[in-house]
Amino acid sequence: MKALTFKQGIHPEYNKELTKDKPLKNAKRPEEVIIPLKQHIGAPLKVLVKKGDQVDLGQKIADGDSFVCAPIHASVSGTVKEIRKVTDPGGNIVDAVVIEAAEEDKLNSGLEKHDSLDELDPAEIRNIIREAGIVGMGGAMFPTHVKVSIPEDKSVDYVILNGAECEPYLTVDHRVMVERPKSIVFGLKALMKAAGAPGGFIGIEENKPEAIESMQDAVEDDKNIEVKVLETKYPQGGEKMLIEAILGREVPAGGLPLDVGVVVNNTSTAAAVADAIRDGKPFYERSISITGHGINSPQNLIYRIGTNIGDLVEEAGGLKDNAAKVITGGPMMGKAQKSLNIPGVKGTSGILVLVRDEVEDYEPSPCINCARCVDACPMFLMPTQLANYAKNNMVDELEEWQVLSCVECGSCSFVCPAKIPLVHHLRLGKAQVMAKKREEN
Amino acid sequence: MNNELIVTSSPHVRSQDSVKKIMWSVVIALLPAVFAAVYFFQARAISVILTAVAGAVLTEYIFQRIRKKKITIKDGSAVVTGLLLALTLPPSIPLWTAFFGSVVAIGLGKQVFGGIGQNPFNPALVGRAFLTASYPVLMTTWTVDGVSSATPLSQMKMEGIATDTWNLFVGQIGGSLGETSALALLLGFAYLLYKGYVNWRIPLAMVGTVFLGAFAFGTDPIFHIFAGGLMLGALFMATDMVSSPTTKLGRWIFGIGAGVLVVVIRLWGGYPEGVMYSILLMNTAVPLINRYTRPRSLGEVK
Repeated sequence: MKALTFKQGIHPEYNKELTKDKPLKNAKRPEEVIIPLKQHIGAPLKVLVKKGDQVDLGQKIADGDSFVCAPIHASVSGTVKEIRKVTDPGGNIVDAVVIEAAEEDKLNSGLEKHDSLDELDPAEIRNIIREAGIVGMGGAMFPTHVKVSIPEDKSVDYVILNGAECEPYLTVDHRVMVERPKSIVFGLKALMKAAGAPGGFIGIEENKPEAIESMQDAVEDDKNIEVKVLETKYPQGGEKMLIEAILGREVPAGGLPLDVGVVVNNTSTAAAVADAIRDGKPFYERSISITGHGINSPQNLIYRIGTNIGDLVEEAGGLKDNAAKVITGGPMMGKAQKSLNIPGVKGTSGILVLVRDEVEDYEPSPCINCARCVDACPMFLMPTQLANYAKNNMVDELEEWQVLSCVECGSCSFVCPAKIPLVHHLRLGKAQVMAKKREEN
Repeated sequence: MNNELIVTSSPHVRSQDSVKKIMWSVVIALLPAVFAAVYFFQARAISVILTAVAGAVLTEYIFQRIRKKKITIKDGSAVVTGLLLALTLPPSIPLWTAFFGSVVAIGLGKQVFGGIGQNPFNPALVGRAFLTASYPVLMTTWTVDGVSSATPLSQMKMEGIATDTWNLFVGQIGGSLGETSALALLLGFAYLLYKGYVNWRIPLAMVGTVFLGAFAFGTDPIFHIFAGGLMLGALFMATDMVSSPTTKLGRWIFGIGAGVLVVVIRLWGGYPEGVMYSILLMNTAVPLINRYTRPRSLGEVK
């Protein structure tokens, strides 16, 4: 069968072999966790604990009244040491609860355990997902219960699980698919039931044959769930690209997958949903790839939310002498960090360390109109033109040329032979358009 | 451990291609044509080519010094311009003329607009247009080893004499240094295609249009696509990234437009050859073409 894909895109080096065969293992339990109180896209939360409180593992420590938010849970049993400001991996300064770990963990989440989905109706499933604080684990951290809350006037026929893991280096979704396929399928069924979707797909890039085989075995008895093999191409895991590849549907500009009857979730998110329903386990730990040529012993670990990233790096043998850049996430869309002294959050799927030789000093030269960016853009934008508009603050042109459709995948910057930071200019262009829209309102 | 971590915005990995690599690959791609020129026109070809390249590189250097810009002569773009200009010149051209042509190509064709990436026209063609306008006799004298010979196009136009197709294809004919051998040009172009450093839509559209146009108006289409500067122009000048459209549809339009102009000039115009002016005219339309051929973005409702 021919692998499915979207049009355009790029082929970076994948470098998955560093960690793809390293089984997930639990990271050392931290002595202290620093849990930022905003780990989702949406409204801020109110903190539910104060200094000196004793908390149990899985106990809710922050929640909000707004629909678009996801509560946060203690990732160790222990004592609340303080609540203070920290810098999160996104570079935001946020409040965080610091918990000093007790000798032992005692799970106390208040979530009931359900062996089967038959005893739950869609609203109950959505409620469990919400109470468990589950957000998209691919990096965007959008609350999952919101995704599967379908408005009255819309309907969904497919839930697609994103197992593409198209970011180079990262292998967490791959490991979860190899090691926990049944949990993923259970989670997928829960998401399908919650969204009222009759069908499900699991999209996996063809460079992960073990994951494809593992998931195919797991869905053998399910007529309405199918594993779709995708071409290995970046950004195959972007939700619009995934929908285009698997269903040939085009998400309208400014719209959501919902508008074409689809909900997209990450495979690891589905596994977390299964954990919440079957084990009453809220989202207090996740898997992560600690990888790159600047790490002594690359690993796939399961770590408690709020663990210091420096500790995870130490557990993977520490940085090599020539380590030059530390990135949370993958090399295409991840964020370079100034310090290792930051807490891992729900969206932190990787720590990638590049060495000096891999970090080129880019000095942009003038654009030669080669149009490689135009030929690479999966959204069919014209990055070079948009970058010029953004540099000159031409807001009307930016809008007319669809800058808001940019998904910031970075393909344009990747291919540019003049080393122009195109996607950066496009981000600025998007900000200019948004600023103008706010002014108008 | 070093405590100075590098922080930049994403993406953190880049492809290995660079402007320099692209430009030097074009130089490599032009080598078969250079060898063909040396084979057919001997030492004369070498001196014209070296003079034109030296003129281009030197002009680039001087302009960048005067403008206090970074010296970028190593990026190969001036070499490409000098080389392309040389390949459009008659072998008998005086060396000072070739040199002067390069000065104009880089100076007026490229640096006055701000250097690489800014020129609206193909610089080599600007140089050639200048020479054609200023020294029409020198530019149309096709003397090889003391024997004058007309180009196949002017023989066809003025005397109605056709040239053997095989000779036309391999280059055993009168004409400019680099335009005689279609075979050598196609070889070089194939290399660029293999490297992914050139787009194929413009040359296909341009050559295809000339073929169909010549056929439609009752002339020999094979003759027209291999004669004169069409191959050199379509493969290496119309495809100049800086002065051609960035959209796929735009490249088709650009190529077809240039092809139509070639046919019009060759069949009804005063010149036997029209490739140079066709491309220069289409160059002026590029911003307009880009504007009206913007692709529909994914999910966009127009």
